[in-house]
Amino acid sequence: MSPKTITRRDFLKLTAMTAGAAVVAACGGKTESGGSSAAGGAAITLVQYYHEYGEEGCAEASKRYADEYTTVKSNVKVDRQWIPGDYGQKLNAALLTDQAPDVWESGPDAARYKAGICADLTDLYTGVKDDFNPAVIDASSWQSKIMGIRMIIDTGGIYCRKTVLDAAGVKPPTTLEEVVNAAKALTTDKQKGLFLGNDGIGGVFDQSIYASGVKKLVENGKVVFNTDRAAKAVSYIKKLNDDNSLLVGAPTDWWDPSSLTGDLAAMQWCGLWAMPGIRKVIGEDFYVVPWPKLDDQGAPSTFLGGWTTFVTAKSKNVDAAKAFAKWLWIENTKNQQDWSLSYGFHIPPRKSAAASAEKLKSGQAKEMWDAVDKYGHDESPFWTGAMGTALGNAAANIIKNGADAKAELDAAAKTCQTELDKVLA
Amino acid sequence: MSVMASTPSAPVKPKSNTRLRNTLTFWAFVGPLALGLLVFVYIPIVWGFIISFFEARQTVTPSQFVGLTNYVDMLTDPNFVKALVTFLIFAVFIVPTTFFLSLALALLVNNTTKGTSFFRTVFFLPTACSYVVASMTWRMSIFNGLPFGFANIVLGWLGVAPIQWINKPDPPYFWIVLVTVRLWLQLGFYMILFLAGLQEIDRALYEAALVDGAKRGWQTFRHITFPLLRNTSVSILLLSLIAAFQAFDEFYNVLSTGVGSSSNITLARPPLVYIYQVAMADQNYGRGAAGAFILVAIIIAVTIVQGRLFGLGRAEA
Repeated sequence: MSPKTITRRDFLKLTAMTAGAAVVAACGGKTESGGSSAAGGAAITLVQYYHEYGEEGCAEASKRYADEYTTVKSNVKVDRQWIPGDYGQKLNAALLTDQAPDVWESGPDAARYKAGICADLTDLYTGVKDDFNPAVIDASSWQSKIMGIRMIIDTGGIYCRKTVLDAAGVKPPTTLEEVVNAAKALTTDKQKGLFLGNDGIGGVFDQSIYASGVKKLVENGKVVFNTDRAAKAVSYIKKLNDDNSLLVGAPTDWWDPSSLTGDLAAMQWCGLWAMPGIRKVIGEDFYVVPWPKLDDQGAPSTFLGGWTTFVTAKSKNVDAAKAFAKWLWIENTKNQQDWSLSYGFHIPPRKSAAASAEKLKSGQAKEMWDAVDKYGHDESPFWTGAMGTALGNAAANIIKNGADAKAELDAAAKTCQTELDKVLA
Repeated sequence: MSVMASTPSAPVKPKSNTRLRNTLTFWAFVGPLALGLLVFVYIPIVWGFIISFFEARQTVTPSQFVGLTNYVDMLTDPNFVKALVTFLIFAVFIVPTTFFLSLALALLVNNTTKGTSFFRTVFFLPTACSYVVASMTWRMSIFNGLPFGFANIVLGWLGVAPIQWINKPDPPYFWIVLVTVRLWLQLGFYMILFLAGLQEIDRALYEAALVDGAKRGWQTFRHITFPLLRNTSVSILLLSLIAAFQAFDEFYNVLSTGVGSSSNITLARPPLVYIYQVAMADQNYGRGAAGAFILVAIIIAVTIVQGRLFGLGRAEA
């Protein structure tokens, strides 16, 4: 029998088939459930996006919630997609297309509300609105409508290694000047005093503005962060950088506690979510304090952050998507507590769910919860990406290039005001 | 014996089914590529050009025409202008360094009598590595700023204190990181181009020069090799300049160190990274598109000027 040779025609056929298969494969989303088509007779498939949470177990939990919903609503299948990498920009790109996810998580953004990207979720809050932390309702509100459902409340603080501070005779800092002095005193050949982030700023530029007693935006549509006091407060971050008492170039960034637990820094700015991981490695050998005040005219500060679920307004299954969002993030207290407390520490946004969260009721977790209640600043929905870029540029110019802090804040405020006027127009 | 006069035969007219088959074969090969180019390159370019004249926030189907506003905004934006200056600094470092180092490597490999294929392969291998992977390796392993980073360990042997490589503008050590990663990645490719150019040079020219008393080495390089590499040299200058304009991956991955910790990118933000931020982070697609077309105009202008100066494509005298 003569060996079979591939003719040019066969080759072309094979090439066309391979290309066709590749095109078909490329059209599918990244799913862990074997495809995007409805399974088990489900008539509706909802696509849900999550960013990649760092805590172990989150990916499995989110998949479990999605699968559980099919047992409640047999005609709906939730295709949970776990998006690694630069989630925000992947989400932005997806929201422009017809392949936008039906349900997704992000932060408050009035520009999105104005562009009609988010569905109105006000009706989902009937009878339960008062049970939510008012700050998170405000952040999702737009023209008397509520556009999102907060999934978790995040906050952060400076974690300090108790034994290291005690040995050096340093107290946890309560003012920005004390932060500078403590970081300097704790810096040795083997360990840096403080880790704010690998760029030497991390997330504390905004907190320093708040610590001076100033907000970024006020309700009457004005940008107000460009004050002399705010300029003085952010100058302390420059001082920290100039003193070489900051850790930079660490293997992971500020949101991961490895630099603290791995003895690379004596203090680290990090989130409440990291507390279980920190305890696992160093036990109770830490203090935690909010970002300190500038002086007695200011106040300590921390972020009242977290992720919010939105529903795409142009979704073909908008009602089904709203029903799923309501089931998961409003009605399902068990899953909300699981999501907030079983993997990392977060505060459940529903007061009733938070009240029964035993893990947050004592020790340092309680201190952080109290701090976020007293000093927490939620991001305004009117604070857009363009404003963040403008303030980020100012931060870099002040801290890295030694530019005049007040002049840079003035320039950033001017850009932000122009942006804000466009959002409010 | 009579000789038959040979008369040219009339061209055979192809049968219509042969012509059809040829046409189908042509489109079978060219069609997918043409379709891909149309869908993924030409339509986006035209669409991008259109939205650069619109207020396109959070949408790629805008309705508010704003004329040249986006172009004016970008050209008067100090950050965009600074990004163009960053590119110039980068090009000043990278283009001549790439040119001379790849030429030197090509000459060395060309003159090696043993293991030529081995060295050619070894130097070319980094070209196959992803920019992202290389950038992460440079940032996290070699130049991570900690005492146990590779570069700092080596400096430690020499008694030098650990250096924060990518965090400070003064001294600007981050340029060492950015330039070395790109050199590692692209030198091999340009070396291959130079090697091809070197192998085109007729050996008889060298033999004739030696007979005329020329000395091997600098004299033959100066008067034979380098002049005859003109077209290759101009191509490499042009390609490396365009590649510098397109710098994105290593800047983004070396200097953006994480979520909420990305101010290092302002130390050296090339135009493409800034345009990406404007379009994708700020969601202002109109301004982003305008920035992209300004960059295209600059690349075209520089290419034309360079082509005129160095005579790319001009027939050899």
